[in-house]
Amino acid sequence: MISKAGLLAGALGLAALVAAAPRAPSADAANSVAVQIDNFHYTPANLVVAAGTTVTWKNDDDSPHSVREKDGKFKSAALDTDDTFSQTFAAPGEYDYFCSIHPYMTGKILVKPAGS
Amino acid sequence: MADRDENEQKGAAQMNRRGLLKCMSWAGTGVLWTVSGGVPRTLGLLGEAHAAEAQASGFTFLQISDSHVGFDKPANPNALGTFQEAIAKVNAMPTPPAFIIHTGDITHLSKDKEFDDADQAMKALKQKVYVIPGEHDVADADNGKAYLDRYGKGTKGKGWYSFDQGGVHFIALINVFNFEPGFKSAGLAKLGDEQLEWMEKDVKGLSASTPIVVFAHLPLWTVYQEWGWGTEDAPRALAYLKRFGSVTVLNGHIHQIQQKVEGNVSFHTARSTAFPQPAPGSAPAPGPMKVPAEELHSVLGVRTVNYVRGKNPLAVVETPLGA
Repeated sequence: MISKAGLLAGALGLAALVAAAPRAPSADAANSVAVQIDNFHYTPANLVVAAGTTVTWKNDDDSPHSVREKDGKFKSAALDTDDTFSQTFAAPGEYDYFCSIHPYMTGKILVKPAGS
Repeated sequence: MADRDENEQKGAAQMNRRGLLKCMSWAGTGVLWTVSGGVPRTLGLLGEAHAAEAQASGFTFLQISDSHVGFDKPANPNALGTFQEAIAKVNAMPTPPAFIIHTGDITHLSKDKEFDDADQAMKALKQKVYVIPGEHDVADADNGKAYLDRYGKGTKGKGWYSFDQGGVHFIALINVFNFEPGFKSAGLAKLGDEQLEWMEKDVKGLSASTPIVVFAHLPLWTVYQEWGWGTEDAPRALAYLKRFGSVTVLNGHIHQIQQKVEGNVSFHTARSTAFPQPAPGSAPAPGPMKVPAEELHSVLGVRTVNYVRGKNPLAVVETPLGA
């Protein structure tokens, strides 16, 4: 629920920006979401975003981890501590991913149509 | 007979404990294995005498594991350094092992520089080094290309192979590809059908009295499912080995010694030369365990195995880097 509310606010903010002025700050912030990797967990493990959102994973753990979609639709190399990996989700859908180094670590991105 | 077996197992357990206790005063190296009659066994620091004894009628080989070259975090700011130390210890052994096996996680992040550094370090070894990858060695975005380009020549499938030495049949299995993501399963390792079919054929022509040593990175028994410390289809591999009188399974991955005997099969995991990991379930996650710097070497190690033709089991000698 919180993600949805956040999303809605983000979408509204984006609409406002587009309608507003050329001097408005970049819409990147509204279109970017961060996932933290720490203590062998993705946080949040389940994330709902609008199509067009860029998700950035950052490894805050002292073990390396990776991000690999279960069918290989996207995959990172091994991320060392402080490394990041970004993926932009253009198409709505469900994306299950896991860590190829510690496969019991899993997460999901639910991508909703933009503006929905 | 049952009593005798039980006593033998008790004896082995005592030796293990004594070995571990002695290891406390040490600082980490690798694992020395004595193959005698086909079953490896831990001898703690009684090792050298047994190694010399084994040399007379059999041979010894050494297991080194989880060097994680490139790791530089607080748990061990210089994993390359402790790997080099382990190698220097091996070279200083009065009874040099016949060959070395590295049971994976050679590197920390599958980077070329890490593989280069590890290769350079291993060049100091006089013996042949047989390697298999850990999941850290195939963590490049190309699914293990970096490893296979370097070490895959002359192997089957995704790097598996077998060889014979002194009457013992060695099988190098790879269980770091085909991971089962933990959506429904426990996120365990897998050997995969192709490799299992190859293995079935590989052992088919061997007589049941041939001692078998299998090595693979992740344990071939489930040490701790919650952390993915096991191999889902290992039972199939072990089924092919049922008819053999002596089967020894050597693994790495969990950076600590765990052992189990099940019928004719004995399972052993090895220490790392880089950093320790927590005992199963003793921490929220299996990340590198930080120990005071002066204790680090006591939790790293190598293993030697002595093979002696005869009725005795293989002898396994754990050697921490700090001894």
